[in-house]
Amino acid sequence: MLHIKCPHCGLRSQNEFSYGGDATVKRPELNKEVSDQDWDNFVYLRKSPRGKHLELWQHISGCRQWFKVERDTLTHEIFRTLKANEEI
Amino acid sequence: MSQNFRLDKGGLIDRSKSISFKFNGKNYSGYEGDTLASALIANGVHLVGRSFKYHRPRGFFGAGVDEPYAMVQLIRDNESIPNVRATEQELFEGLEAKSVNCWPNVDFDIGAINNFLNRFFPAGFYYKTFMWPRSFWYKVYEPIIRKAAGFGVVSANHDQERYEHKYEYCDLLVTGSGPSGLASAYAAAQNGARVILAEDKSRFGGSLLTSEVSIGNQSGHEWAENIISELKSMPNVTVKNRSQVFGYYDHNMLVMSERISDHLPKTNKYTPKQRLWYIRAKEVLISSGSIERPLVFGNNDTPGVMLSSAAKEYLKIFGVLVGKKPLIFTNNDSGYETAIEFKKNGIDPIVLDTRKDPSSEIVNEAKSLNIDIKFSYVVVAAKGYKKVKSADIAKISEDKKQLSQIENINCDCICVSGFWTPTIHLASQSGNKTKFNEEIDAFIPGQSKQNETVLGSAKGIFTLEETLKTSFEKGSELSKKITNKESNISVPSVVEKKHTNHDKFWCVPLPEGKNYKRFLDFQNDVSVSDVELALREGYRSIEHVKRYTTLGMATDQGKTSNLNGLQLVSDVENKVVPQVGHTTFRPPYTPVSIGAIVGREIGKHSKPTRKSPMHEWHEKNNAVFVDAGVWLRPRYYKQGNENLFEGSKREAKNVRQNVGVCDVTTLGKIDIKGPDAAELLNRVYTNAWLKLPVGKARYGVMLREDGIVMDDGTTTRISENHYHMTTTTAQAANVLSHLEYYLQLVWPELNVNVVSSTEQWAGAAIAGPKSRDVLQKLFPDLDVSNEGLPFMGYVEGNLFGVNAKIFRISFSGELAYEVNVESDNGNFMWEKIMEIGKEFNIQPYGTEALSTLRIEMGHVAGSELDGRTIPYDNSLEGLVSKKKDFIGKRSLSKSAYVAPDRQKVVGVVPLDKKTSIPEGSYIVKDAKAKLPNPKLGHVSASCWSVEHDNPFSLAIIKDGKNMIGQKLFAMSPLKNKTIPVEIVSSHYVDPKGERVRS
Repeated sequence: MLHIKCPHCGLRSQNEFSYGGDATVKRPELNKEVSDQDWDNFVYLRKSPRGKHLELWQHISGCRQWFKVERDTLTHEIFRTLKANEEI
Repeated sequence: MSQNFRLDKGGLIDRSKSISFKFNGKNYSGYEGDTLASALIANGVHLVGRSFKYHRPRGFFGAGVDEPYAMVQLIRDNESIPNVRATEQELFEGLEAKSVNCWPNVDFDIGAINNFLNRFFPAGFYYKTFMWPRSFWYKVYEPIIRKAAGFGVVSANHDQERYEHKYEYCDLLVTGSGPSGLASAYAAAQNGARVILAEDKSRFGGSLLTSEVSIGNQSGHEWAENIISELKSMPNVTVKNRSQVFGYYDHNMLVMSERISDHLPKTNKYTPKQRLWYIRAKEVLISSGSIERPLVFGNNDTPGVMLSSAAKEYLKIFGVLVGKKPLIFTNNDSGYETAIEFKKNGIDPIVLDTRKDPSSEIVNEAKSLNIDIKFSYVVVAAKGYKKVKSADIAKISEDKKQLSQIENINCDCICVSGFWTPTIHLASQSGNKTKFNEEIDAFIPGQSKQNETVLGSAKGIFTLEETLKTSFEKGSELSKKITNKESNISVPSVVEKKHTNHDKFWCVPLPEGKNYKRFLDFQNDVSVSDVELALREGYRSIEHVKRYTTLGMATDQGKTSNLNGLQLVSDVENKVVPQVGHTTFRPPYTPVSIGAIVGREIGKHSKPTRKSPMHEWHEKNNAVFVDAGVWLRPRYYKQGNENLFEGSKREAKNVRQNVGVCDVTTLGKIDIKGPDAAELLNRVYTNAWLKLPVGKARYGVMLREDGIVMDDGTTTRISENHYHMTTTTAQAANVLSHLEYYLQLVWPELNVNVVSSTEQWAGAAIAGPKSRDVLQKLFPDLDVSNEGLPFMGYVEGNLFGVNAKIFRISFSGELAYEVNVESDNGNFMWEKIMEIGKEFNIQPYGTEALSTLRIEMGHVAGSELDGRTIPYDNSLEGLVSKKKDFIGKRSLSKSAYVAPDRQKVVGVVPLDKKTSIPEGSYIVKDAKAKLPNPKLGHVSASCWSVEHDNPFSLAIIKDGKNMIGQKLFAMSPLKNKTIPVEIVSSHYVDPKGERVRS
């Protein structure tokens, strides 16, 4: 079980969190033209890297905040966690 | 019963407490402090089971977790427990155990014929023999193999025992209480660190209990006892015996199973049988010691052949002789310790040492004790079937290939020592890249992966002096990092006997003309010839050899067999062991009870049960409940002998004719506040929300980004910046997370707060033509006329002194209202509704009637919004705004979603108006078409229409828009039914929706 540092609450066990996928995906802006290709990329295409991955988690049984986790998908090492509005 | 093999004195057992027990129906006695194994050996019992494949007789090989043979079926407190290792099971009064894997009994086992047919059971025989004919596998081969192989029998009864889970945090976790564990735990504890010390056996001390050493001016055993009692007295230390740390997981999480009651005749009330500890440690000190390696020779599985360290343990801890004419077969100095121990107790052992001329303190001591030692000698084969009776021994040439002077000597046990294998399992599980150490012919831990530090013989350090020194240092150093405190501890002086090098020899060659079975894996019956065959057949990777031969795959996970297997592969392949590599160590290190893993999460405790505030009323009124997510909801209220069908029909009919009331507390509710609340709703729902006036509700549909319908519900504008959103019962949690996702990550500029208010409100839906009459009497001061409170209107009222929210919304399709009050007042509200509704013939209705009402109205719900449908499929395209953007809108223009023959929800009526259509049935054009019959769609929900008094279903079918009026078939291969049906509009009742507005 991972040990994840919520940027708001501190170190907690994985079972307090839920996983939310790739944190680098940007939703196209509302009311803007989006090509089929770009939209499909946004909805479906995700990289599945071996190694460092910036991903979203929600502290579902805690502060309910979404935040970012930089994790190694191979070793589960967590390098850092960031608040939703923080960038690497 | 006499204990012929028990010494008159000695050992750590309590001779004042005699314990009687039963094995295979016979009565025996032992002492408190015995294990089942030591007590059986004391009674001269060495035949305990039969082997897995060949059903060869099996005895005892070890004295602890490494035991590959002695697994028994234990009867304890009327429960039958399989695969209990006799070497670990402590004796208790009245203990009863049986042999496993033998029939009719362990002495005469019919399966032993396999032993004589063994040429037909080589490595991989399952793969070779049972491939043809294919149909035979399930019916013939598999059941026979299943019966013949395997070990204990699992009880079919519900396990009544109680198991617990515990979560714990500590600075240092120390796994094992041998010299390295005690020294490091003590040093860390002195520095003020929070320490957990875990020992898998009942006694602390590890090797100190059996070795002849002194520390300071005490014996090793005394030193261990003093350290343990000091540790126990410290508030920052938790000391646990009978506790096996079996798994090292991510981020320094370790799992330990504590056997709390297994050593007692029955579990005491209010204590668990076992407890599983999830321990998050800042530092992990692995002091798990080492396990002696077997030497491989002919018939080395005969009962009476055992590890020399085990023989010593039986002697020193239990005062038990494993034999009275022992033969010690060793390639190193450890065997001499056992020999000397025998000698001290008046037994004359013979030592066969594979080395030519070793010289060390302990060898010299053995010589001076006049022990018969034969150098450059080996055991060629054990003789005897159910117990060792003699051994063929021989002189071995210097190149270890030629045997000469083979002779037979009498003996009743053979104690083998092939040097030591560090127990690196936990380190390896942590991710530690282990490395092969040529000096000790074994793998030792390399670079740490997580915060694991390996100590003592687990690291390949075999002298006590160095072990203590390094362990004190490590314990102090690691704890100081955490506590910033350092107390001065002087490492005590040590007296121990120096050992000299072991002989890199592990497998005795076969003498000419002999074909003895030489076993590597004692539990899975894998012999040298099996591995050789696998290699001849082309298997190269050690992982493949393992799976093909099953070497190391038994429940002991190869604790005694892995390294010898690797040695053999490297010998045959002419590689060095590190090139061959070892197989992966996976948790658990020892088998763990399923009960302990499950813990208390069984039956009703497997998930939380949520009940509405009106639950007790439902119970009193004969509600039959159904699980709805984590909620319990009334399915129908049973009257007399009614069944579900009759009851729900009565309830639904009463809603259509009079008035009914349904508990809708479980609906998800989200409170939304903030100046941008309307904007948020406008972005998450498909329809327009900016112009919804205060005091009005609106039905909305929300999509995922891929255009699939996520959820639906009504949201009401309570005041300017305050909305009350409802979701389906099932999606409540997901919708909240969904809103939080967009608010926190995508549109953080929106000034909105959302919070779940599901449990704050109790809800009652009052539905039916007479619902207005009931509402008027509930709220006499309110104008509840069609003009005063129109469809989709919202008003707040006072229900006999209780604040209430009244929504004119309808799921049933009838004139209906939903009244919400604070949860605490839910029961009061419900009783008032029932009391006032009496004159209007009000009846409560459950989820089954609720479904009936919505299905015949053609209202879509969870069975249509199934994660595969878009708004169009559910005839919700009218709610999709063309003017504004929203979540998922861009996806709706995908070509598949706008295809002219896109699937759509329709109504389905059986032509005979009698036969109910099973949910999940396929809709097909031609019932007799060749398979695979192209399916048009599926039936999503079925009911008995109370309005038309015939079955009615909803289905989602291809080109549904143009299918109305068609005669098709509903097929259910599962129920073996084919029903001719007609496709009709999904709105089977009140298609214009007049009733809700009346």
